[in-house]
Amino acid sequence: MDVAVPSAHPPPRYLLEVDGVSKDFPGVRALDQMHLTLRYNEVLALVGENGAGKSTLMKLLAGVYLPDRGSFRLDGQPYQVSGPKEALERGISIIHQEFNLMPHLTVAQNLYIGREPRLGGFLLSERALNRRAQELVDRLGLPLDVRQVVGNLTVAKQQMVEIAKALSYDARVLIMDEPTAALNDAEVKTLHDLIRRFKRADTGVIYISHRIEELKAISDRITVIRDGHYVDTLDTASTTMKEVISLMVGRTLASDAKPENVRADREVVLSVRGLSTKELLKDVSFDLREGEILGFAGLMGAGRTEVARAIVGADKISGGVIRLRGREVRINNPAEAARYRIGYLSEDRKNLGLLLEHDVAANITLSSLAERFTRWAFVNHKATRAAARRMVESLNIKTPSVTQATKNLSGGNQQKVVVAKWLVKDCDILIFDEPTRGIDVGAKEEIYKLLNDLAAAGKSIIMISSELAEILRMAHRVVVMTEGRVSGILDHTEATQENIMHYATLRPDENSADAAELGIGPDAKAGGGVAVDTEVGQR
Amino acid sequence: MSTVDATAGEAPATAGEARSAGWKSSLRERLQQLLAFASLIVIFTFFSIANSSFFNYGNVTNILFSTVVIGTLALGTTFVIITGGIDLSIGTGMALCAVMSGVFITNWDLPIGVGVICAILFGGLIGLVNGVNVAVLKIPPFIATLAMMLVAQGLALVISDSTPIYFNEDPAYTKISTGNLLGFDFPNAVLVLLLATVICVVLLNKTILGRYTYSIGSNEEATALSGIDVRKWKIIIYSLAGLFIGLAGVMISARLGSAQPGTGMGYELQAIAAVVIGGTSLSGGKGSIVGTLIGALIISVLNNGLQIMSIPQEWQSVILGLVILVAVYADMVRKREA
Repeated sequence: MDVAVPSAHPPPRYLLEVDGVSKDFPGVRALDQMHLTLRYNEVLALVGENGAGKSTLMKLLAGVYLPDRGSFRLDGQPYQVSGPKEALERGISIIHQEFNLMPHLTVAQNLYIGREPRLGGFLLSERALNRRAQELVDRLGLPLDVRQVVGNLTVAKQQMVEIAKALSYDARVLIMDEPTAALNDAEVKTLHDLIRRFKRADTGVIYISHRIEELKAISDRITVIRDGHYVDTLDTASTTMKEVISLMVGRTLASDAKPENVRADREVVLSVRGLSTKELLKDVSFDLREGEILGFAGLMGAGRTEVARAIVGADKISGGVIRLRGREVRINNPAEAARYRIGYLSEDRKNLGLLLEHDVAANITLSSLAERFTRWAFVNHKATRAAARRMVESLNIKTPSVTQATKNLSGGNQQKVVVAKWLVKDCDILIFDEPTRGIDVGAKEEIYKLLNDLAAAGKSIIMISSELAEILRMAHRVVVMTEGRVSGILDHTEATQENIMHYATLRPDENSADAAELGIGPDAKAGGGVAVDTEVGQR
Repeated sequence: MSTVDATAGEAPATAGEARSAGWKSSLRERLQQLLAFASLIVIFTFFSIANSSFFNYGNVTNILFSTVVIGTLALGTTFVIITGGIDLSIGTGMALCAVMSGVFITNWDLPIGVGVICAILFGGLIGLVNGVNVAVLKIPPFIATLAMMLVAQGLALVISDSTPIYFNEDPAYTKISTGNLLGFDFPNAVLVLLLATVICVVLLNKTILGRYTYSIGSNEEATALSGIDVRKWKIIIYSLAGLFIGLAGVMISARLGSAQPGTGMGYELQAIAAVVIGGTSLSGGKGSIVGTLIGALIISVLNNGLQIMSIPQEWQSVILGLVILVAVYADMVRKREA
């Protein structure tokens, strides 16, 4: 570890400097004269829309690419590394957006991969490894069993492993790319606690996030980049988040209008009673009305996605009744659900929602190919392209043509393609699972507008989201889940951040009595004196 | 994986719960190996009851003896498969190594020990080329080793001029396989297999080589980002599998007393079947050496038992196919319930 701070010279001003760095890829300038400074003992938020150049910058710092022009300085010394290993040794630790864990290995094995304690250079010492890992985990106050296989952990705990791993390198610069993308609000708090404890006189954090609202809580300064250019750096304390967003997108956004309640006399299109599965769900009941956006809130693993999967028949149900416009139905698989005009838009867009290599038209017409675009098993390509073009126009999907490969579209436009697929299918009920995950702020606005337009046109929408702000803004009513049960259903006036968090963290024994009751009202809320336990052991 | 709960001091309640869950999941892993072992016992017992000439010392050593070649190939391939790769070149590669052993010992008159080591190293060379093709040139393992399978098959025929090479002048060579070093009727070949198994168990479970084998198979990109030279380790792993190709080449030619250049094709699939029956996942990240050995034993017990019961060769193949289906399906059901 060469922390070269020459004592003869005055101490360097910045922990890390990015000075005029440019990087070209064939056809694109990913970074252009990028400029960025990280001070000692600070959390610098780095924000920008997708494609602004954040991940290129990270890869340059990790030594995956070399810059075409410009330079980096660490503690005032030139910094140039040839790969991830060297970057780690110089004290720069990066937590990438996608999980970089080995699911089959244990927590301890993951934490010290590449640096396992050895006997004679080649043999492993499992005992020393587990001891060292346990010390690390205890020091960080994380509720992790170091012997457990990582693949069996919840997403939140896997994120903890990532963070513990990054911190274990004696990192001085910690770079986190969207660390909270898969976390709910309580887990985000735990993460922020960890970051605050990491912040010292000789360390700093670069925090990349799409969740603008958390920046206020965690960052000291905010650097905005756009299209590979440096835009501005602001002091968090004296900045409003609206300013940040408008700098990011280069324009001002419409302010957040709150939804009205859907009139109670609208027809109930989907009625779920006592839905249970062997694995998780217990006695889930709720109604979805025509033209309604029904939000589903809860902690990671509360069972929100499982409700969606059970409704569309992707998971087997062990009990309960589903009624569509009053008629009881039995849905055995997603194909049957589609026949009943229920569309499920998975949270894992890239793996479960789209054929990325295929073009936009193929994706949009995929679900309705057999019934609408086929004659004698031959696909009518002209008709698919025409239908796709109508959707591209009406949803304002930004693509040069409908024959463009879907992987070349931005996240927001990919999401619209998925929506289009279900609209072509003529679905009345759309279940959105984390509709804006990994989508930048500008595109989020468009997705919100799309959801509102769909609801106004009489579609019924279930919106599962881990972002409370999104739920509060979009949902007419909010179903809150905890540990596989519905712990509360709040109408728009009752739905506040505090109320939702309260119901999301209720323990089952506390709420079992009134769990399944619909429309939990003021009397149920009277139990609000119970201590809120955040589930993700904040030690 | 150790289940020793030696942590002193008070752990937070949640961690305590997590710990017991970890213990349970490690038990489940064990159960999986036990299950493969149990099915071996069941099959074994079945044949013992069905035919009186199955269970006796002579036939059991016979079964072990016939496991040696497939077992040796399967051991090396287990490493490759755990990385998420595949090696199709092991069958014809083995034939090529057998031919090279004949070239070294019969044609060039090298001492047997030197010849054997050279033949094993030649196998390592085959693996090295596979490793470079996969890790450096980024050719998918299936294609790279399929190509090597054809190259090795051709080379074996070219080098031997399509005729078997006999070890008639070196009768000691066959002793590598059929001799009884222990002093009683227990073929050396089985000793070699057991020794190779022990070495593989240590390599896979106790060394960084083994750790990185699992790690690469579990998430290759994450392994690279953790600062591990994935290219280097893949080359090492394929080379290691190559050494076992060489060893298998020596063992098969020692057993036959000759190197048969036209053989080898088909052994790779039997070896891969043994690995899969033993619970190693073709998608990588998961597997065990003991499981592979049990898998190889299941195959030879089946072959032997069905033969003794005079079931035609063709049906043996059908039954082996069904066993693979059942074994993999059972593994998946277990995982789904986990």
